[in-house]
Amino acid sequence: MLVYLIRRLVNVAVLLLVVSAITFGIFFMVPKLTGSDPALLYVGKIADKAAVEGIRHKMGLDKSIAEQYFLFLKGLFVGRDYSQGTDVTHCSAPCFGYSFKTEQEVWPLLLDRLPVTLSLASGASVIWLVVGTGTGIVSALRRRSVLDRATMVTALAGVSLPIYFTGLLALSIFVNTLGWLPNNYVNFTDDPVEWARNLILPWITLAFLYAATYARLTRATLLEVLGEDYIRTARAKGLKENKVIGKHALRSTMTPILTVFGLDIGALIGGAVLTEKTFDLRGLGYEAVQAISQSDLPVILGVTLFAAFFVIMANLVVDLLYAVVDPRVRLG
Amino acid sequence: MTIPQQTTAEGAEPLLKVSGLVKHFPITKGVLRRQVGAVKAVDGLDFEVMPGETLGVVGESGCGKSTMGRLITRLLEPTGGKIEFEGRDITHLGTSAMRPRRRDVQMIFQDPYSSLNPRHTVGTIVSAPFRLQKVETEHGTKKAVQDLLELVGLSPEHYNRYPHEFSGGQRQRIGIARALALKPKLVVADEPVSALDVSIQAQVVNLLDDLQSELGLTYVIIAHDLSVIRHVSDRIAVMYLGKIVEIADRESLYGKPMHPYTTALMSAVPVPDPKRRTQRKRILLTGDVPSPISPPSGCRFHTRCWKATEVCRTVEPPLIALTPAAGHRVACHHPENAPDQAPGETSATAATGGKSVESA
Amino acid sequence: MSKLTKTSAAADMEPTEERPTDAPSEFLSVRDLKVHFPTDDGVVKSVDGLSFTLEKGKTLGIVGESGSGKSVTSLSILGLHRVGSNRSRNARISGEVWLDGEELISADAARVRDLRGQKMAMIFQDPLTAMHPFFSVGQQIIEAYRVHHPSASKKEARKRTIEMLDRVGIPQPDRRVDDYPHQFSGGMRQRAMIAMALVNDPSLLIADEPTTALDVTVQAQILDLIRDLQKEFGSAVIIITHDLGVVAELADDILVMYGGRCIERGPSETIFEQPQHPYTWGLLGSMPRLDRERTDRLNPVKGSPPSLINLPSGCAFHPRCPYTDLTEGASQTVVPELREVGSRHLAACHLGKADRERIWTEEIAPKL
Repeated sequence: MLVYLIRRLVNVAVLLLVVSAITFGIFFMVPKLTGSDPALLYVGKIADKAAVEGIRHKMGLDKSIAEQYFLFLKGLFVGRDYSQGTDVTHCSAPCFGYSFKTEQEVWPLLLDRLPVTLSLASGASVIWLVVGTGTGIVSALRRRSVLDRATMVTALAGVSLPIYFTGLLALSIFVNTLGWLPNNYVNFTDDPVEWARNLILPWITLAFLYAATYARLTRATLLEVLGEDYIRTARAKGLKENKVIGKHALRSTMTPILTVFGLDIGALIGGAVLTEKTFDLRGLGYEAVQAISQSDLPVILGVTLFAAFFVIMANLVVDLLYAVVDPRVRLG
Repeated sequence: MTIPQQTTAEGAEPLLKVSGLVKHFPITKGVLRRQVGAVKAVDGLDFEVMPGETLGVVGESGCGKSTMGRLITRLLEPTGGKIEFEGRDITHLGTSAMRPRRRDVQMIFQDPYSSLNPRHTVGTIVSAPFRLQKVETEHGTKKAVQDLLELVGLSPEHYNRYPHEFSGGQRQRIGIARALALKPKLVVADEPVSALDVSIQAQVVNLLDDLQSELGLTYVIIAHDLSVIRHVSDRIAVMYLGKIVEIADRESLYGKPMHPYTTALMSAVPVPDPKRRTQRKRILLTGDVPSPISPPSGCRFHTRCWKATEVCRTVEPPLIALTPAAGHRVACHHPENAPDQAPGETSATAATGGKSVESA
Repeated sequence: MSKLTKTSAAADMEPTEERPTDAPSEFLSVRDLKVHFPTDDGVVKSVDGLSFTLEKGKTLGIVGESGSGKSVTSLSILGLHRVGSNRSRNARISGEVWLDGEELISADAARVRDLRGQKMAMIFQDPLTAMHPFFSVGQQIIEAYRVHHPSASKKEARKRTIEMLDRVGIPQPDRRVDDYPHQFSGGMRQRAMIAMALVNDPSLLIADEPTTALDVTVQAQILDLIRDLQKEFGSAVIIITHDLGVVAELADDILVMYGGRCIERGPSETIFEQPQHPYTWGLLGSMPRLDRERTDRLNPVKGSPPSLINLPSGCAFHPRCPYTDLTEGASQTVVPELREVGSRHLAACHLGKADRERIWTEEIAPKL
């Protein structure tokens, strides 16, 4: 198990390196090929040539791509110095560089945005897990009942309606028209109640979409599991129905849900772009959109790597949980 | 099944000749796909199939009989050894070089449910070989297919129906019609009746029998059921853990089995005669077949054999003829119904794996 | 829900209001059991009027092809016929199943559940799919024990489990108890299933194709084990199979099912030596036998098993029967009753006694 874990962690490191190289390549090479100049983005269009050259040198943009990438990695692990003559700026590890636009360090920026995204993702995921799997289970157990049909129609709507539609609708009803809910992000540490009150709408909107998928997945998986021979065996032992479902059937239903959940949560921490944009939550997704529209390369690179890290880690956690749940994985 | 006399005359060329056939499936581990071992599914087979005869191959799960079937039809690439069909080496022929041979060697599969494409009509399924081999038929493909359907006992009107409209037995007939489309010389049938109901099994067995005498087919029939194998085969090979332990003609094998494994297999078959259950002497093997990843040393059966001695653990017995009986070969140091090959060995070291018991 | 279906089922089929209040003397008595499944295509009459009895210490073999209703019979005795596919939820069941003086069809669902796994237990065909892949073999057997021994501690249950694993011939049971099903071989898994079924000392054991998924040498071991355990525990055993060889090894009595009905029933030796139904003849003629001289041809039944939605009129077997001409049309129109044809021997066939005996001795027996 330990060997497995170490091997997986090495894999994660290799994968992140590859992702960083590709992202770096795309975002630093493409401007070069298209003729736009990153250095110009720093200083602005009106700057004089000397200032541009100075920035180019300070940022290391005059070096080859390989060297720049090496410097970037060095920055990530040990920090790096940006120097222009005597003007030395130290950027300590992990250094993602400086935003072209705001000239802020990228790393603190990411850390600043992360709690918003985490708040959104954690709350929404709890809701959709409970609601989605719950309705899925009920649907499967009461198959073809009115409840089942209603749930599945709702789920279909949930899957099909885009978030900027449901989100804006919810905003206009509950915030703008009825005024029941505020829509300003408050830190959890500042005021948990306000935090939740402000996030409840984005949570529900986002969870609606996911809950729909989870309800359908849970229902389909549980129905399949209920047809398995070992469920018949469990009943033949004389187990009560709630134990047959709760212990034997749900345990098997969990595995596919776990897989999908891992992928979803990883992707979501990487940035729920539409939800954050719709509700004006300044999270990672919001920042990503912002950075892309402004060609703010270091920020784009930072967000991408950050997102990749979460997706990969979520996958790792899922695989490990899989091994915990399924002895066939654990014991070969 | 009956052997047309002229084809089994002495000195006739075998249709299929297999020598030293080996298939190992590698087991890999880690990122680098480093090979850490191999499933030795087929580990050195030598046999011949004469034109017009039926060779039955019998053994328990994991003995490599299905892998053998897929090797001789070249659905799998052999790891080693040689397969000759009509004197030509086909061991490593590529897909395109093999294509013309595919006409001569066809396969019937066990599961009539999964081996037919549910989206294709019977006509499409059975005519597929014509299309793939670009064969022109005299009165058109449709007529040819309808003739085939009639040949296997289906109605020509079934041409436009889909597999799900048929019962298991009928589906197996469709599979047989497809296999026979190009008038193959050799048909390899892997458990052709084991998925079918008892009464349907017998119908299909009879059909295979009729087709053989009508079309002069040569069969290799792979099955786990010893009664079915005895009924359909002229010669029988018994496999255990990737090796043939005994091969002989039907009368000789069932009448005077030599390998203890063969004896045990036969005595394990339940007999549909309630009176006999009190009198029968049964050899009850204990334990399961060992893993083909690390088969036992020496004779692979020694871990379950009640006659095993020290020599069995260390020396692998060759597959040889021990008696004048033509073509009866066995790989055993202490055979039944034949002189002991390693006399003087005491069975003090015998494995406790097997025991002979009076069935109560 | 069960109450509702029961009344509607009773209304749908013949009136069953008049239940005999006196319990039968036999240990297990099934009377006129019917299990019907309504589907979109029509009512599937899986079991349609089945009756039999079984004493403790005896083994009944139920023989039939796929779709003969043999598995549904066993599931409905345990009250498990609603389990599985969705259509089974609307199953309609009628008739009586008396187990040791207690009627189960009309009994409370909780009562039947309480008997399940305790007084009556079942072994299934494929031990790999019949065990939960995520729980260890031990956990699953311990669970089976503790359901019916709630006061037993985990430690006691584990001890009992190890004893049972040892009894069914699993080597090093104290170590293997913690293994998962996938770490067992096919034969070992079936042994573990048997241990699970017997852990509560059931007096009725139903084995549904217990050896079909196993190799022949392992099959022999399992059949021996079942026989030994029955002798030891004295339970009544129903063995369900398509393999006449397997029933011949184990069964005292044999019941042959066709199209959801019993077409012949009697002591094993009689069924094999003097079968009276053409379908039984067909089954015997279909199987190649190692204990006889090899015959040139098998004598199978023509055609395929019938659809349970649309059973042929009259005798369900008549479209496949070579002797319908001898019944003067009765087999096409009249459902044959099970009639006494010998000592403890029943058959449902329109053929006259003389015809049956002549056909068996002259046409069938010599070809076997």
